[in-house]
Order: sequence, then structure tokens, then C-alpha cells
Amino acid sequence: MSDLNKLTIAGARDALAKGETSAVELTEACISAIDASGALNAFVHGTPDMARQMAAAADQRIKAGNAQPMTGIPVGVKDLFCVKNVPSQSASRILDGFLPQYESTVTQNLWDQGAVMLGKLNQDEFGMGSSTENSVYGATVNPWKLGDGVARTAGGSSGGSAAAVAADLCLGATATDTGGSIRQPAAFTGTVGLRPTYGRVSRWGVIAYASSLDQAGPITKTVRDAAIMLGAMASVDAKDSTSAERPVPDYEAALTGDIRGKKIGIPKEYRIEGLSDEIDGLWSRTAEMLKDAGAEIVDISLPHAKYALPAYYVIAPAEASSNLARYDGVRYGRRAKLGAGDGVVEMYEKTRAEGFGPEVRRRVMIGTYVLSAGFYDAYYNRARRVRALIKRDFDQAYASGIDAILAPTTPSSAFALGSADSSNPVEMYLNDVFTVTLNLAGLPGISVPVSLDQQGLPLGMQLIGRPWEEGELLNFAQVLENASGFVAKPTRWW
Amino acid sequence: MAITEDEARKVAHLARIAVNDADLPALAQELNGILHFMEQLNEVDVDGVEPMTGVEPMRLKRREDVVTDGEMQDLILKNAPDAREGFFAVPKVVE
Repeated sequence: MSDLNKLTIAGARDALAKGETSAVELTEACISAIDASGALNAFVHGTPDMARQMAAAADQRIKAGNAQPMTGIPVGVKDLFCVKNVPSQSASRILDGFLPQYESTVTQNLWDQGAVMLGKLNQDEFGMGSSTENSVYGATVNPWKLGDGVARTAGGSSGGSAAAVAADLCLGATATDTGGSIRQPAAFTGTVGLRPTYGRVSRWGVIAYASSLDQAGPITKTVRDAAIMLGAMASVDAKDSTSAERPVPDYEAALTGDIRGKKIGIPKEYRIEGLSDEIDGLWSRTAEMLKDAGAEIVDISLPHAKYALPAYYVIAPAEASSNLARYDGVRYGRRAKLGAGDGVVEMYEKTRAEGFGPEVRRRVMIGTYVLSAGFYDAYYNRARRVRALIKRDFDQAYASGIDAILAPTTPSSAFALGSADSSNPVEMYLNDVFTVTLNLAGLPGISVPVSLDQQGLPLGMQLIGRPWEEGELLNFAQVLENASGFVAKPTRWW
Repeated sequence: MAITEDEARKVAHLARIAVNDADLPALAQELNGILHFMEQLNEVDVDGVEPMTGVEPMRLKRREDVVTDGEMQDLILKNAPDAREGFFAVPKVVE
């Protein structure tokens, strides 16, 4: 078989089961593709030796008849997952040289299934960004390039994961989504990105950004692959106090293709001012596809949705300022060079000033401000009250019989690298306008590639599911995937 | 509410991030832009709404109060920028 790296997870699993290929061959194909992908800057720490050993072990396991769905499947891992003795620095200078002495639950679950570790993937520093430009490794470049030759963003914060999957460097990748960081990069690269319900996947060993919002999930080539990979990543974990005590179902079995009689909500508040005709048209066409498959389309209202973005940009920085207090130059990572007479406070201040990038410094300071005496109620508590109202909107929609919600993933296709105005950070924050709402409510969401825009860049639509119903959500997503018939791939230039 | 240069300096110090005096005006301006964006939240009527603490009403997990881990001093010190004689080392602290 040729081009093994272009297989889907399901395709590779079936080929491995039939003995048509081996985990070693699959892994070598991915390693060669990674070696030739420097221009994308998606993989930032390769682990080819580890990959070869794991692939050989997977082949033994397949031969012995003990294979699980991910056995022998080569995957990439977002930098912020701690992998034992592999650099894991959440794309931050402050974690230069950090080698975790323990393993994140998500990666341990994958290795337990026999998946193969190809290396670490680029991201925005600590997950803070929408373009993977806020990275100590430099920006990831989207594999989708047009005749204009412009280098575009692969989105963020999981831009490395999305680019690697789109460019067939790996069969699937782990990612995390705090405000849209799985779904927006998936939409920008023509891949599938699934953010599960908060608590479905363990956060143990995932370098924290905002703990009440962070949730890990897969970026894959197809919806079926997302079902397979989520099944391997998810678990009930005693090491994460917010891990839900719910058994992990067979997500692939949920892909029945039958959505007859289901109700899909179209939230009117997502029809924001300035929404392009193109995105609006795509929204109507995809609603029509779900209707043709037997679903009922219902207009709904989420009255507080417009406040999700400002609420997020209070709550997430507040949690980040607390989580990132641990980077003090004492226990791990980097310590600044100190001058004669510098004490412990200078050590903290210099270490954090040179260790954090500008966006991280900004969010830590905003978070510090909104949590400080005198402002805690005005900003932080108010945002948490608005958050309760945002969640109530969704609760009411689902209580009225809605099964899922359809909305665009992003207001546009991928934008050019370097196009953001660095003096106006709010402009970049607006990228999250459609994705951030469900993070505040803790809901699952998936971005499915459905079309190319007029320029020829991929666009994604987002489905938002009921809590804990990732299986049903994946079923809706697969119906949309099949109906849209999206199969385009980027033309290789790298 | 607007952040002055002095307040920006205070926030930077609370966050333990060194900022040069010359950079304070730009920092104050950036922070003000973000705070201005957040002020939309003042339009929302939140009377009688409890601040949300978690996405699912669930009791924090509990377990037996017993030691489940430990005896790994080497592993814990392995990533320290400066570890000596089984301790994390820091510059002299003078109060």
C-alpha cells in the first residue's frame, strides 16, 4: 500500500486487522511525512525512536489478537499534554527544558490502547490564542495555500494538531478546547474537531489554562475517526476531581445515520451583525441537509449568547492568573539570570517577564486585576453570574426538546499570518464568537468541514450537543459530513 | 473604570511580572481596551443569579484520607533550575 499516512484511523485499523499493512509501515510513512513538513512548523518535538518501538510492540499485539481500535495508529500530541520524558512546554519559553516525570491520563489511555506517539504539536502558548502565532516555536502555517502564496493561520490554539492532520502527517491528533481551540483550527484546515462535555476527558497532566473551561478532544480526518479516538481518550479518572463518573460508551456504534424526528435548533443570536452572505448561505444549506435527512429545523433563542465573549475574557484570564502562578522559576522550567543582590521577588518578576510571551503576560495581568480587591465583584462575580444565565439558555433549549444546535464555527475562513493588530487584542478575541459559548456551558461541540469558500479555503459548521451525548452529536455530524460530500485536501506545497 | 499607569504598575507587581516604566503607558492602554470590552456585561440583569461555580452540579469527590503517593524526591527535583541537597534552592530572602 502506498501513502499509508493518508489513511483514516478507521481505514488503517481495518487494514491492520486484515494484515494488509503493519503499524511499523504506517509509522514509517508518517515519520517520512513529518521529516518533509518543516515549512508547516506543526510538529515541534519529534519522537521517532519512541514511535518505532511503540509500532513494533503494536504489531506484536495485533499478531497476538489483542488489538484495540487505536492499536498501531500513529498520532500527534498537542504540546500541553505531559508525556513522560518528552519535552512538554505548552509552547512557552518558561517551560524550556521541562521533562515531565509522569504521564497525562489522555496519553496514557492512548498508549494503553496501543497508539503510536509521533511527537509534540505546536499551539498558542498555554492555549491562549486563535492563530498559533503566540508560540515560542514560531507560527504554524496552514497546509491550505492559494495561488496568492499567502501563508495563512491553521487557527489556534490547537493549530499544530489541525495542520498535522490536514497535511496527513499523522492519522489523528490530541487537542484541547478552552474557548474554541479544537473547533476553530479544525474549521480552518478542513478537519473534524470534537470538544467533549466538560468532565468527559481527564485533565490530569494537561498543562492548565482555565480549569473550569479546558477540555481535551481529538482532531481527525473524519467523524468516524473522532468517534474512535474520543473512545480511547475518555475515561473516568480518580486523578481529576472534575472527571465525571459516567461510563464511556461505544461512540462508533452511535453512528447509525438515522436522525429522523430529531430537532435541530438554529439560534437567532448567532446571526451576528456583519455575518457574511457566504457563511449565512452555508448555514441555511447545511440546515437543509439535516432536514432532508429527516430532522426538524427549529428557530431557538439563546438570549445571553452575545455576552459569552466578554464573560469568557473575564473568567478565563482570572483562572489563568491563578493557574500560571506556579511558574516561578523554582520547581521546573526556566529561571531568569539574576543580578547581584537580586532577591526572590526579582527572581519571580524577571523569570515571568522573560518566560511568558506578550499575550500570556496580558491575560495574567487582566486576570490579576479582575480578581483584585475592589474589582472581584464588579468583574469576576458578574461574569460568573452571566455565565449561569448563558448555561440556563442552553438548559431551556434542550428542555424544550432540541437535540442539537447548528451554527457556523467561525465568522470567516483562515486569515493571513501576521494580519492581526497586536495593539488591539480584542480583535483577535472576536474569532471565538461562535465557539466560546458552549465552553461556558460545559457542552460538547464538533466542527465538521462542509465546503470551500469562494477563495478555495475550507469552512466548517458547528453542531452543539446535549451534555454527555457525544454519540448522538457525532451521529448528526456524520450525517452532515456525508450530505455535504466534502473531500477536498490541500495541494502539497511544503 | 480606567487603569492609570500607576495601577498598571501595581497589577504587574501583583502578577509578579517585571514591566519597564517605559512600557507602562502601552500596557495601561491595552488593559483598558480589554476592560472596556468587558463592560458590556454591565447591561445584563444579574439580580438574584448565583455566580456559577461548575458546569455540572456534582459533589467534589472524596477519598480515604490516606497517603497514596510519595517517596519520589529525585523525580520532583529533577526539573528544578537549582536543586541542592534535596531542596529547591532560591536566592536569599531578606524581609
